Amino acid sequence: MASTENKLPVTGAGPLNGLLTWVDQRFPLLTLWREHAAEYYAPKNFNFWYYFGSLAMLVLVIQIVTGIFLTMHYKPDAAQAFASVEYIMRDVPFGWFIRYMHSTGASAFFIVIYLHMFRGLMYGSYRQPRELIWIFGMLIYLMLMAEAFFGYLLPWGQMSYWGAQVIVNLFDALPLIGPDLSLWIRGDYVVSDATLNRFFAFHVIAIPLVLLGLVVAHLMALHEVGSNNPDGVEIKKLLGPDGHPLDGIPFHPYYTVKDTLGVMVFLAIFAIIMFFMPEFGGYFLEYNNFIPADPLKTPSHIAPVWYFTPYYSILRATTADFMLVLAAATLGLAFLIVNSGFIRGKTKTIAVVVTLVVLVCFYAIDAKVWGVVLMGLAVMIFFLLPWLDVSPVKSIRYKGGLYKTALAVFVIVFLVLGYFGTQPVSPFATYMAQLGTVLYFAFFLLMPWYSRMDKTKPVPERVTA
Amino acid sequence: MAEKELDEGKRRFLVTATTVAASGVAAGAAGVPFVASMLPSERAKAAGAPVEVDISKLEPGQKMIVEWRGKPVWVVRRTPEMLKMIKADEERVADPVSKRSEQPDYARNEMRSLKPEYLVVVGICTHLGCSPVDRLQSQPESFAADWHGGFYCPCHGSLFDLAGRVYKNKPAPDNLPVPPYKFVSDTRLVIGDDTKGA
Repeated sequence: MASTENKLPVTGAGPLNGLLTWVDQRFPLLTLWREHAAEYYAPKNFNFWYYFGSLAMLVLVIQIVTGIFLTMHYKPDAAQAFASVEYIMRDVPFGWFIRYMHSTGASAFFIVIYLHMFRGLMYGSYRQPRELIWIFGMLIYLMLMAEAFFGYLLPWGQMSYWGAQVIVNLFDALPLIGPDLSLWIRGDYVVSDATLNRFFAFHVIAIPLVLLGLVVAHLMALHEVGSNNPDGVEIKKLLGPDGHPLDGIPFHPYYTVKDTLGVMVFLAIFAIIMFFMPEFGGYFLEYNNFIPADPLKTPSHIAPVWYFTPYYSILRATTADFMLVLAAATLGLAFLIVNSGFIRGKTKTIAVVVTLVVLVCFYAIDAKVWGVVLMGLAVMIFFLLPWLDVSPVKSIRYKGGLYKTALAVFVIVFLVLGYFGTQPVSPFATYMAQLGTVLYFAFFLLMPWYSRMDKTKPVPERVTA
Repeated sequence: MAEKELDEGKRRFLVTATTVAASGVAAGAAGVPFVASMLPSERAKAAGAPVEVDISKLEPGQKMIVEWRGKPVWVVRRTPEMLKMIKADEERVADPVSKRSEQPDYARNEMRSLKPEYLVVVGICTHLGCSPVDRLQSQPESFAADWHGGFYCPCHGSLFDLAGRVYKNKPAPDNLPVPPYKFVSDTRLVIGDDTKGA
C-alpha cells in the first residue's frame, strides 16, 4: 500500500489524467514509458543502419498477425496441407494477401536481421559491455532459423518435403545418438504426417513463445547498458547538468519519428515485392514447392531458401579431400597459438591437446559428419565474437585497414557462399565453396591476431556528426 | 541436552538437499511422457508391411520404383553391358565389396543382388536422404565426363554406380542400402521379407 500512496498524481490537464493516475498507482505504466521511451536516452548520431532493429520488430508483428490468420484455414495434415494452402490462395477472401504477406515476411525478416547483424559487426555493438545483447540476439537468430525451417515444411510441397528430409538427416549423421535422434524428431521412419503435425506445433506456438521471450531479454539488456553508436563512444560517460548524457536524445519522440520514416520506406518496398513479385524469381517461394510432396522422387535440383544457402554451401564443401585442407588449417592455427607471446602457457597446452584430438577425429570420422559439424560451427561461432575481437576501438570508423579488409572479405564470402548454395553441384562450385569456407572461418579464428595488429585511430571524446 | 546437540545448519542443509533432489527427480520423470510422446507411434511402427511386386513388365535396362515403408525402392533390370560397366567401376567406388554398407548377406557380393540381373536398393542417398536421379546410360555427363551409368544425387552431388555403390570422394559415405527381399517366382518379388518357404 505504501508504494501506492507514494506515487504522485499524474500531472497535466488532459482528460485522461484521472484514469492514468488510477492505473499508475496500480501498475508502473508511466515508469515503463519513461524508462523505455520518453527518457531512454539514445545516442544522437544514429544513422541508416539503426533502422533495422525496429524493422525486425515490425516484421515479427507482421509474421505473428498473418500467421494467426493463416492457421484459421490451414490444415496440418499430410493429406490436406498442400490443398489447404491452395485453398487459402484461391478461395479464402484475401487469403492470397495474408499468405503472400507471411511468405514475403519470412524473407524480409532475414534481410532485416542480416543487415542488423552487419551493423553490429561494423560498429562493434557486441563489445563489452554489450556481450549479452549480442548473445540474446544470436539466440533470436537461431530461433528464427528454427522457425523458418519448421514453417517451410507446412505447405507440404516438394521443396518442403525434401528440405525437411535433408535437415532432419543432418542429425542422423551424428555418431552414436544420430539415428535415434532423427527418428525422434520425425516421429516416423520417414518425413510423414507425424512430422508435419509436430512441426506445425513448433512453428505456431513453441518457437514463437521462446522468440518473444528472447526479444524482451534483448531489449532489456539493451536498455540496461544503453545503445552503441556509429562512433563506438559510450555516451553515458559525459553527462549534462540535467544528469542525462550530453550526446543522448530521448528515444521518444526523436527516434520513434525517425523509425516511423524507416517503417514507411520499408513497407513501400515490402508491398512492391508482395504484390508484384511474391516469388522473387524463385528465391522467396521456390518453384518446386508448387508441386505436392512426393516421397518417392526428389526434384532434380534442390536448394534451401536463400537465407540458409551460405551454411548449405559449407555443408556441401566438406568432402573427403577437403578434410586434408581442414587438418592443415587446424595445424596452422595451433602453430599460430603456440607461437603467440600474448597467449598464456596453459591456453597453449589446451590448444595443442584439442588440436591432436581434432586431428585424430578428422581421421576416424566420416567427412559427412564434419560437414554437419562445420555448418553448425559456422552459425555458433558468432557467439564468440565479443571475445575474439580484441581491438582497442569498437567502431569501424577508428579501426585500421586490416579489420576493414577482413570485414569486406567476410561479407563477399558470405554472399558468394550464399550464391553457390543455390546452384547445382559442379567441381567449380565445390571449389568456390571450399575456398569460401576457409575464408569464412578465418575471419573469426584469426580475429584475435589481426584485431591486435591493426593500426587504429584515436577515438574522440564525444560522438561526431 | 538433546536440544543442544541439534545441528540447525545441518538440518537445513538436509531439508534443502532432499527437497531439491526430490523435485529434480519428479521434474525429470514428468518430462519422460512428453519426450516419449514424440517417438514413432504404434500405428507408425505397424505400417511397415512387406510389398509384393510384379516385375514381368520390366524391360532390360529399365527401372521401376516401389514404395516400401514410405521409402522409394528401386528395381533395375540390368543388361549384360550394364553388368560389364559395374565391373569396370571397381576402381572408382569407395566400398567395392560392400564391407561397411548395409545389405543382407545374400546381397554382399559384386553385383549387390540375389540375381545379377535385378538390382533392388532403397533409393535414398546415404548422405542426407535425397532420392538420387537416374543417369542409367553410359555417356558423358556434366558431373563426370567418363560416366559408366548409375545414379546422381541432385542435392549434394554424390554418384552411385549401377550396383548402388558410392563413388570415392563424394559426400555420401556408404552404398545405397539393399532391403531384405526374395523372389517368389521368376516375375514376382517381395520387398521387406526374405524368410524362406510359403
